[in-house]
Amino acid sequence: MAELDTSGGGGKKGGKVRSKKQSTRVDLTAMVDLAFLLVTFFMLTTTLNKPKAMDLAMPDKDDKNTQEPIAASRTMTVLLGSGNKLEWFVGEPGKTPPTVGDYSKGDKGIRKVLIDQSQRVKSTTGKTMFVIVKPSEKSVYKNVVDVLDELHITDNMAFAIVDISPVEIDLLKRDNLF
Amino acid sequence: MPRIKVPRKSTAIDMTAMCDVAFLLLTFFILTAKPKVEDPVAVDMPKSATEQTLPESGVAILTVGKGKVFFTIDGPENRKQTLLQMGTKYSIGFTPSEVKQFQNLDNVGVPIQQLKQYLAMDSEQRKAVITAGKGIPTDSVSNELYNWVHEARVVEKNLTNKELLFSIKGDSNEEYPTMQRIIAILQKQKVNKFSLITTLRGK
Repeated sequence: MAELDTSGGGGKKGGKVRSKKQSTRVDLTAMVDLAFLLVTFFMLTTTLNKPKAMDLAMPDKDDKNTQEPIAASRTMTVLLGSGNKLEWFVGEPGKTPPTVGDYSKGDKGIRKVLIDQSQRVKSTTGKTMFVIVKPSEKSVYKNVVDVLDELHITDNMAFAIVDISPVEIDLLKRDNLF
Repeated sequence: MPRIKVPRKSTAIDMTAMCDVAFLLLTFFILTAKPKVEDPVAVDMPKSATEQTLPESGVAILTVGKGKVFFTIDGPENRKQTLLQMGTKYSIGFTPSEVKQFQNLDNVGVPIQQLKQYLAMDSEQRKAVITAGKGIPTDSVSNELYNWVHEARVVEKNLTNKELLFSIKGDSNEEYPTMQRIIAILQKQKVNKFSLITTLRGK
């Protein structure tokens, strides 16, 4: 590059040393392989990692105006007990005996109960069912999410999470779920 | 009969364009990727069939696990303002370097009185403090979680004029009373709507 040609002028013809012209082509296959591997990796990790969020609206504790009475015949209460078990009953606590169920999709599962009961309420009263979810102190967070999820799946959007009352704790205690 | 000679073609293809595209995509994905924030406690999120995704910004996350609560504020400016307001509330002065440290902090998980010391620690010591500590106090005497939530909301309102959204990221086996306490703190300041972060499962 920065070298002076020090050879004396007027040399023999063809005495110039010519470097052999080399091809500038590089084999890019391996590089492309690597690049696509990384692309796939980043694609999978970014899009699949988006957290899902379940919206939840709690009843306003201070606002007394919006609370309207709902007929006992169309309310269903779900009590969440210990050991991944729950109890449910229709109407007021103590008047109708509760049934023990769980979070599965089977016969005793909450999903079937929700579907059956909402159909029954719909056919008898013509209105939608209202579900009250009452998690006890012995239930875990997963139970609450499971019930909310089943409510979403069965399309029962009229529900509320309410603190449990002593009468209902007694019901759970009787069935060894507290 | 003369054999027909098929001219042999080279199998080498020009890879330049393909290489260009691949690296362009690679750069795009690297730049758009958000580094995953590590949870201060092991959180096994419950599963649900919800397909709604969490908004990218304007969300504060309350991570709950093992009875501890951690608070994540989104965005460096929000973090700075929230810290300064909390400082005035509890009359703790934070130096600019401490504020800078706090902006890099992914989640708050110590009582405010310990925060100054915590910011001076290195990552190993911080981990030890987090495992030994109890997270942000949720009792109503010091009212710390309430104030964090409140100040973060005020800051978000001032900066973007939007309501700050809240999301709870809870461990599956967290006992309900812990959740109840946190929900009560949110409801005390009329945050009746929030979301629960879950992982996807089939119906």
